[in-house]
Formats: sequence, structure tokens, C-alpha cells
Amino acid sequence: MKVQRILALTKKEIKKTVREPAVLFMIFLFPIIFVVAFGTAFGGSGSGNVVYNIGVVNTDAGSSTVYSQHFLNTLTDTKILNLQMYTDNMSAQTDLSQGKIQAIIFIPKDFSQSLASYQAAPNNPEQWTNASVSLYLDKGSLVATQAIPPILQHGLLSLTGQGVPIQSSVSLSTGTLVEVNTISALDFIAPGMFTFASIFLIMMVGQSFAQDRENGMMKRIRITPTSSTEFIASQVVSYMCIALIQAALVFTLTYALGFHPAVGIPTYAFAFILVLVFSVSNVGFGLITATIAKSSGAATGIAFIFVIPQMFLGTFVGASLSSAAQTACRFVPSYYVTDALTSLFLRGASITSQAILIDLAITLVFCVGILAAGIALYSKKFKI
Amino acid sequence: MNEPAIEIEHLVKKYQDVTALDDLSLQVGKGELFGLLGPNGAGKTTTINVLCGLLKPTGGQASICGYDVQKDSSKVKELIGVCIQETAIYPYLTGAENIDLFGNLHVMDKKTLRTRQNMLISKMGLVEDAKRRAAKYSGGMKRRLSLILALIHDPQVIFLDEPTVAMDPQSRHAVWDFIQELKTQNKTIILTTHYMEEAEELCDRVGIIDHGKLIALGTPKELIAKNSVKNLEEVFIKLTGRNMREES
Repeated sequence: MKVQRILALTKKEIKKTVREPAVLFMIFLFPIIFVVAFGTAFGGSGSGNVVYNIGVVNTDAGSSTVYSQHFLNTLTDTKILNLQMYTDNMSAQTDLSQGKIQAIIFIPKDFSQSLASYQAAPNNPEQWTNASVSLYLDKGSLVATQAIPPILQHGLLSLTGQGVPIQSSVSLSTGTLVEVNTISALDFIAPGMFTFASIFLIMMVGQSFAQDRENGMMKRIRITPTSSTEFIASQVVSYMCIALIQAALVFTLTYALGFHPAVGIPTYAFAFILVLVFSVSNVGFGLITATIAKSSGAATGIAFIFVIPQMFLGTFVGASLSSAAQTACRFVPSYYVTDALTSLFLRGASITSQAILIDLAITLVFCVGILAAGIALYSKKFKI
Repeated sequence: MNEPAIEIEHLVKKYQDVTALDDLSLQVGKGELFGLLGPNGAGKTTTINVLCGLLKPTGGQASICGYDVQKDSSKVKELIGVCIQETAIYPYLTGAENIDLFGNLHVMDKKTLRTRQNMLISKMGLVEDAKRRAAKYSGGMKRRLSLILALIHDPQVIFLDEPTVAMDPQSRHAVWDFIQELKTQNKTIILTTHYMEEAEELCDRVGIIDHGKLIALGTPKELIAKNSVKNLEEVFIKLTGRNMREES
């Protein structure tokens, strides 16, 4: 394998991306315009019969824990919250960082005592034993951050027998992970943007192969000593470079618009690596597109067979999907990339956490499999 | 004929029920300029595609400079240069960038590539346009660039598949001069063309194929004399008929 050949073909492919206005638009401008427009239009809270998984760490102690039980029963009765009990805060925090639950309610040990003191002297705050229920929210879920706090507040008010907020011995405080007032639609959709931009490589790869076949360039290259391995390697390297540029552009744009995740350089580096790995699967899908398409024009349309599911099931577009669609998500690689990026940027997961490593492993398996399938199908029908 | 550079033995190529090459045997000597003539769909391009390793023959064998075109295809591809029938160039690259790309695919060192690039651009009259995008080139300029891409690595055996199609008379004569210069460098050349005066002017020998079979072989003068006609075009018409053909 000659590096000189791979570099020459890579350089050619990147020049094409920069110089062809249609390619330039599709690869760089379209995702950015679309993401901004889509984020603006659909970045708000979701609605419908959504159920949130909530972790509960109940440390309420003392002679009676009747108030905490009543509080939890009230929350369960809403049919919106699915409560999961934890014996310690640490394991609950781990599940929160991995996206398994959307929030943690930490009930303090003096919870019932506090409410008992309130009931004994409701008009005399000096007699109250004050307590604070802590709430930790998944910053990766905009809907959760906006929907869950009012439900909890309502549950607490029901304990005091009041329908409107009043002064009480028990208050709701937000934990360190919660920034309900500062999270924006942009924060919520930003991880999906990185994935979204790369998906359109499928169309470009499909068009490029079909076009080179149409105009005889594939034939011309096959007459040179360039091997099929060198050619495919050049395509993978080219589109990884393009994906890197895309990710850098999207990141710069989102950063300029206010997306400032509190993560370090290693996390950013890891996020870029994830996007690079993901681009390999898009080369594979592009090859499958080129195999099916008889012309470059047809490749544009056929590419949507792969673009649309990846877009709707695996990026920010799929934020409020039905349960069936959420199952289908598991079959598209973009889902795992977006999930990992969300965990990294918004849930504060470390790059070595189990959730991230599993996402990376599944993405790798998808990418290698799809690229291998693409090469096999294309070379069976056409020569490379 | 010198020692053979190209040897074709009983070559057969079938596409389902169509026989494109039918037991074709031929030898082309080193340094020879050989014209491969025939009507549309006669099998000229199929022959070249088999020799380049683009097509797998159904039967028979072929070799270039002693290397089997199927078994040693990577070695064969180092030795050959092919100006294909399609004007295949990358429109978004400049002429010089197209040449650079194909030089690098042949793993040429930078200095040699630059030297040959300048020489070929100059000979093909593309000096002023080398840094323009190829998309802006005229049809003739694209053909000349296509010829440079085939020759950049200084191949020993050259296939020119209708190299002067769409060229004006000036460009065509410039290309003829260049082809003759290649011959003086002892290059082996197979030229396919529909211009009989081109074949008569340039070729040492010509072979006329029709329906995949070799139906005539000799120098232009020999074929003219043997068929008692005035020129090669009349030989061609006499042997292949007046019916119009289409590419299959």
C-alpha cells in the first residue's frame, strides 16, 4: 500500500468538497442552517404521555416516616414519574450520569420530622424543623429539566395541604447537577448537531462514486496500479477529514451561540474521535447507496434511505419519540454517538465510564460492519 | 516485426449471448505503432479493456511485455498508459492538478513528475491553461489533457482509444506529431480510430476487426494494394460493408 497514492486521492477529494458549490453546501452549510432552524423551531419542551424515570434516595428516619411515604405515593399517582428506589446517593448519581434515570430526589433524614413540626404549628415558623429535598436533574434532557421540578413542588405542597405555594418547613433545593434556569434549547440539541452534520456524508460518498463511474474516472483510476485497498483507504481518510472539519465548524458555531459544556480538553478530543469513527459508517452507507444508484442523481435520492432514519432516530430530532421509535433507535449508529456525546457534554459522564465505552464499542462494531458491507456490495457489482 | 510487446492468443469475450471478441489472435512488436480499426461495436474497446486488465476474458490469454494481463495485472498497469475513449478528467481540479494526481498514482517522484508535466503541457499546448479548472476547458483541450494523463508516467506501451475525437484540425495534427515523436522513443502504441487518414498517416500496421474477429492485417500500403483500392477508407468499407453500426 503506497501512502503517496492515498494522500493524492485524499487531497483530490477534499479539493472537490471545497470547490464544488453543491458539495460545499451539502456538507457544511446545509447541516448548520438546518440545525439552527430546527433547534429554534423545536427546542422547547415536549408534551404527551411521557414517563420519567426518577431515582429516589430516601433517608427519612425517625419514629415516623409517614410523610415521605405520602410524598412518594403522591408522585407515583401522577402517572408521569416512575420511581426507582436507591439505597445510596452514589449509585443513583452513576445511573443519572449514564442516562438511565432523568432525575434523583434526595429525601433528607429529618423530612417527616420537619413536616410534623409544620403540622404542629403551621403559623409559627420559629417552631419548625426546616428540611430540604434535593433534586438532581439530567441536563441532557431539556424536557426533564423543565417538567420535573413543578411536579415535585406540587407533591410537596400537597403535604402541607395547600394548593398554592406558601411558606413551609420543607423546601425543594436543586442539586449541583441542576441548572434548570440556564439550560437552553441549544444545550439540548448541541450533541446531536455533531452527529447530524456527519450524516450527510452518505449522500456525498454515494454521489461521488456514482459520478466517477459515470464520467469514466473510476475506469481511469483502475487503469493505474492503484489497488482497491488504497482507493477505499483514501475515501475513508478523506471523509474522516471532512467530518473533522464539520465537527469543528459545528462546535465553533454552537460555542459562539452559547453552548459551553463544563468539560475538559480530553472530553472534547474524545467527542471528535467519536464523530470520526461515525464517519466511517457513513462511507459504508455511501458505498451501499452508490451500489444501488445507477446515476449520481439517483444517488442523491437513494441516500435519504439511510440519512432519514439516522437523522430522526439518532440525533436531536428524536428527542420525544414514541416507545417503538425508541426501540428502533438502537439499530442506527448515530443514536449511540449522540447518546455518548450527550452523556459527555450534558450528563458529565467521564470518557472512561461504562456508558461511554459501551456506546463507543457499539459504534465501532456498526462502523466496521457497515463499511465492510458497503465494500462487499459495491465491489460485487462494480470494480473498485 | 520486432520482439513482441503485446501478444494476444485466441482471445474470447462473451457478454451473455453477445460475442464481443471471437478467437482474436494478434502480436504487436516493440516500438510499433499499430492501428486497431473496426466499425462501432466491432470489439476494439473490448480488446483494449482486456489488455488493460479492466475486463476478464472468457477465454484465451494476452500478455504485455511478457506479463500476463490477468495474473500480473499490477505490473502490467505500471507499464501501460491508456487514453480512454471517455474524456475522463476531474473538472474541479486544474489541468496541472489532474496531472499531479495521476503522476502520484503512479508513485512518481516529485522532480520527475514536475519535469514531465512541464514537457507534456508544453507539447499539448496547455501552458496558459494549466492552472485553470478543467471544467472550463474546451472539448479539444480536455482530450489533450486526457492524453497527458495517459502518458505522464512515461509508459512503455500506450493505448490510444480515439485520441483525436472532437479536436480541431490544428489540435489533431499537433497530436499526430506527438504520437510520431512517441514512436521515435521506441514506445509501443495501439491506436484505435475512426479516422482512416489518421491510421494511414501514422500506423506501421493496421488490423481491422469486425464482430470480434480479425478480418485484415498488414501495413496500410499492403492492404490498399491487396484490395485494389485507393486508400485505407475504401479498404475499410470494402471489408466491413456500408451498413451503419451502433455501439453495443
